[in-house]
Amino acid sequence: MYQFSGKLKTFSLVLIILGAIGIALGFYSGSKITINDAKHAIESSHGAHGDTSHAETAHDDSVPKQGHSASEIAKHEEHVLHQMKNRPWSAFYVALFFSLGLTLLVLVFYAIQRVAQVGWSVVLLRVMEAITANLLPVSILMAIVLILSVMHYNHLFPWMKEGTFDPTSENYDAIVAGKSWWINSTGFIVRSIIYLVVWNLYRFFIRKSSIKEDTANDGLKTYKKNYNASVIFLFLFMITETLMSWDWIMGFDPHWFSTLFAWYVLATLLVSALTVIAFFTIYLRSKGALPEINDSHIHDLAKFMFGFSVFWTYLWFAQFMLIWYADIPEETTYFVARFTEYKLPFLAMVVMNFVFPVLLLLNSDFKSRPWFVFIGGVVILAGHYIDVFVMVMPGTVGGQWFFGIPEIGAVLFFIGLIIYTTLNAFSKANPIPVANPFLKESEHFHYYNIEHTGEGSNDHH
Amino acid sequence: MESSKVIHAFYNDDEVLLDAVHTVKAEHHHIEEVFCPFPVHGLDKAMGLAPTKLAITAFFYGITGLSVAIWMTNYMMIEDWPQDIGGKPSFSWMENMPAFVPIMFELTVFFAAHLMVITFYMRSRIWPFKEAENPDPRTTDDHFLMEIPVNNNEEELTDLLAKTGAVEINVVEKH
Repeated sequence: MYQFSGKLKTFSLVLIILGAIGIALGFYSGSKITINDAKHAIESSHGAHGDTSHAETAHDDSVPKQGHSASEIAKHEEHVLHQMKNRPWSAFYVALFFSLGLTLLVLVFYAIQRVAQVGWSVVLLRVMEAITANLLPVSILMAIVLILSVMHYNHLFPWMKEGTFDPTSENYDAIVAGKSWWINSTGFIVRSIIYLVVWNLYRFFIRKSSIKEDTANDGLKTYKKNYNASVIFLFLFMITETLMSWDWIMGFDPHWFSTLFAWYVLATLLVSALTVIAFFTIYLRSKGALPEINDSHIHDLAKFMFGFSVFWTYLWFAQFMLIWYADIPEETTYFVARFTEYKLPFLAMVVMNFVFPVLLLLNSDFKSRPWFVFIGGVVILAGHYIDVFVMVMPGTVGGQWFFGIPEIGAVLFFIGLIIYTTLNAFSKANPIPVANPFLKESEHFHYYNIEHTGEGSNDHH
Repeated sequence: MESSKVIHAFYNDDEVLLDAVHTVKAEHHHIEEVFCPFPVHGLDKAMGLAPTKLAITAFFYGITGLSVAIWMTNYMMIEDWPQDIGGKPSFSWMENMPAFVPIMFELTVFFAAHLMVITFYMRSRIWPFKEAENPDPRTTDDHFLMEIPVNNNEEELTDLLAKTGAVEINVVEKH
């Protein structure tokens, strides 16, 4: 059985504590922001506009023009103040959602292995199971953040602003009010809790039942029960994931909608999930905890990382091209915000999530070399973090974004948390599911085209 | 011309064949060709064949397709007959590029796939109306055939092949 070393435990706890300090600092400086800081931010952004040669032609809707009434200017200042106050919340939310989402997709990938009765991946099942231990703590954090949002502790979701649904209020928004049958605080929080409970129930059941499988010896009865549970979970997941991506991400831009958005979020989280599985697998194998894993398993994981990177690009481009071609104002606003204030991360992410993985992981030999997979994986994870960043930030903090202490703190916190929960869970069960009927197939798994390290070419069969 | 004698050894199981290839290679004999009714994984490595370069040609065919697509869209949509489609009258290839991405993708795949198949046929010396080269029709049904050139070592080879589980061994003149 694997031993979670004290050194590594300390390392992950240090990450968590450093992260928590960063998050706390973010919230502390966020609480100090006043209306004067907002005024200052507006002035400096005007100054920046003046420096550029496009100053005459540039038209930024968020900046009021000369001759606007004092009340409009005050409203704009308040808006910028809210954006600045949102920043620590958004910084935390991006890392939280990313961590929750990729853990959830590890669970989904695991359920797919069970439902499809996949042979090759059986020796990886316990690694995936261990990673899903991260689901419970991040779900609790997510529930807390969402409840605080509904209780108006932050201004993350623009549609939660008071008076949005009230025709007599000056905050009245006819478009959002028309969707109030779906986006209203009560429904939002009830649905969110349902998603989290459904996912965690499956995770709780399958982990317990999977360990029971090892010693059950009941003619595959437990194995079949787990199969049935996974089928039900996958069905529920596809529904909850779709609704979740509308509620938790598309809700930041409540005017805007995209019909393939749920798929797009799914692709981002799935490729990240596969990368995390590959990371933990490579690490645990290098520590000798998983001698059954050979180069072909790594090769297959890298193939998935490569394939789903291309899949993500396909969805990213499909969403972009249709909106670009149709050129309907209520749809293009989404990309206008991202092409003006977020140009660098928005375009850098396409390079990191598509060009880099394609160039690095296209070669079959590279896919079985842990170092290449690791380098590719780091860029993929960073790229998809930026993807979530660019999904969340424009609607919540607008032009007031920066990658600083609150963001880095949140990232460190969730990296530490996933390392701790995963390795802790991995040390508590057999490293491989010893009673799985497909275990032999997985141990002998050999992709015919590659040579395993430490073996002569005559061993090929 | 020197008469070229070859030995044809027949097998009726792919695993036995693969072991036989290993044995023959271990004795440092050259295997001219192996005829199989279906592809046997690992046979190319066992025979010591160099890895295929087909993947590299595919890459260059893909690049060719991409270039053709860029040239074609630019010629048709920008130079020859510019139009204002969907309120985008910029008449510049770069600014209309997103609309051309599907075309670039499709032509990349089209060129890579078709040219790769043609390359494979040429490299395998297969073309329309070509007479089959396989020495025995049973290799298209349920037998595997290993062809080994003979250099005054007929006896030695026959003994060796008999030990590897060949179901039939013939020495034939090759023309």
